[in-house]
Amino acid sequence: MKKIKNRDFNFIVGLILAMIVIIPALIGTVWTPYDTEAMNSSLKLAGSSLSHPFGCDNFGRDILSRIMSGSSTTLLIGIGTVFIGAVAGTLIGALTGYYGGLVDDIFMRFNDVMFSFPSLLLALVFVAVMGSGRIQLLLALGLAFIPSYVRIVRAEYVRARNLDYVKSAKLAGASDMRVMFVHILPNILKVLMNSILIGFNNAVLAEAGLSFLGIGVQPPAASLGRMLADSQTYLFNRPGIAIAPGLTLIIMVLGISLVGKSKTITEI
Amino acid sequence: MANILEVKDVHVSFLEERRTIFDKRNRIEVLKGINMTIGEGEIVGLVGESGCGKSTLAKVILGLIKPDSGEVIHGSVHPQMIFQDPYSSLNPSKTVRFILEEPLKNMTDAGPEERLKKATERLKQAGLDEKYLTHKPSELSGGQRQRVCIAESLMMDPKLLIADEPVSALDVTIQAQILKLLDDLQENLGLSILFISHDLRVVYQLCDRVMVMRGGLIVEEGEIDEVYRNPKHEYTKQLLIASGII
Ligand SMILES: Nc1ncnc2c1ncn2[C@@H]1O[C@H](COP(=O)(O)OP(=O)(O)OP(=O)(O)O)[C@@H](O)[C@H]1O
Ligand SMILES: [Mg+2]
Repeated sequence: MKKIKNRDFNFIVGLILAMIVIIPALIGTVWTPYDTEAMNSSLKLAGSSLSHPFGCDNFGRDILSRIMSGSSTTLLIGIGTVFIGAVAGTLIGALTGYYGGLVDDIFMRFNDVMFSFPSLLLALVFVAVMGSGRIQLLLALGLAFIPSYVRIVRAEYVRARNLDYVKSAKLAGASDMRVMFVHILPNILKVLMNSILIGFNNAVLAEAGLSFLGIGVQPPAASLGRMLADSQTYLFNRPGIAIAPGLTLIIMVLGISLVGKSKTITEI
Repeated sequence: MANILEVKDVHVSFLEERRTIFDKRNRIEVLKGINMTIGEGEIVGLVGESGCGKSTLAKVILGLIKPDSGEVIHGSVHPQMIFQDPYSSLNPSKTVRFILEEPLKNMTDAGPEERLKKATERLKQAGLDEKYLTHKPSELSGGQRQRVCIAESLMMDPKLLIADEPVSALDVTIQAQILKLLDDLQENLGLSILFISHDLRVVYQLCDRVMVMRGGLIVEEGEIDEVYRNPKHEYTKQLLIASGII
């Protein structure tokens, strides 16, 4: 691993903010203070107290527990989306960019068409085809994010294929696969890393958006978007129900973008 | 003298880039029938104006471009290349050791120890201490980088090196050192070198023979002294006058 650049406050602050959300979310995958789906009518819309620091929602479910499990769902969808998008995007982008020619032309026209739709709209279409739910949402968002990675990676390979170090690798007898993934790929990781972090944020926001619209994560499961959607009715008498997941989302996205913009990530 | 390279009637053309999908793509002929040979242990200069096809000829000899017609015959060991710009010809994310061992990994079944031994030996022959094996290109100067490229080109014991303006990206004092190194290597290893250059003075200093190229054809060719003293072709005369030699 690389060292953190000297006095890189963006990186440090970003990492701390992201960790404030990520660590409880990780814990939330194995343990939460209360059952996230257990309703309790005596605690409906209860304010914050020692036993329920963030209070309870309209079904009397502990908000802290739901945030812990909800942000782990949201994180999982974010990571899964970026993983599908980046891996498939890198493969397609590398092959088309490196070889060029007719296949590249055809792929790129197709990609341009896909790219011209906002990712969120594409994801909507995929959800409509595959149905809603955690895994479907992850697949839908992952597919929808592929074109943006194809674009970035392909441009890098088009540039790299004419560089002398690539000719030199060919003269050293490296196979095309070796040239693409051993010689060129490490040099575009910096660019890729950046778009992975931005993509992660976009995926988290997209998950929240789709769940907010009711086509993402399905009740009673928790996700940050789902919780925001459910909180609408009580926005004025119990704003805490909306503020808790909203702030969580903001802190996580802000933290990740700060890391993404930091010197440690953007400079080698 | 045995020939280690023969180029027979090589033609190469490129299709023009299209600006829109409906444009007709014209063929541009860049090499229009090149014939040449290089003998064992010879340093041959290749001179000519920018765009006349020198680098294209180099790529054909190296097998990086397939000629439309004609053939290139070389021995069992593939010729190797020293590039002009040592800042772009070394992979920035790899160590010197990785770069030097790469040909052995891909084309031989030498084990790790054998590879390291050979890499160290070639690096030393190129005038660099073995401590540089762990360095990345960004930690080296231009001259040091070019030495790494030279060491890399020697890893497979080629008979022929092609050097495409190997010193024009370096400053003058370093240029002299690198030229001296090429000359020494030629002598010690019995290499042949095809030396592409714009600088007719450097060519005179280094080469045994020279070829003058213009518009995709070799217009004059001969022993270096003979050509410089007594140029036959008008274009050769112009080049020599332009460099202040005659
Ligand atoms: N891949 C390519 N596609 C189209 N045209 C090309 C390509 N490579 C080279 N050319 C053209 O071929 C001609 C010869 O190029 P080449 O690089 O061989 O010239 P050169 O003699 O090495 O010039 P210089 O001294 O400037 O390096 C040029 O007109 C160039 O534009
Ligand atoms: Mg050239």
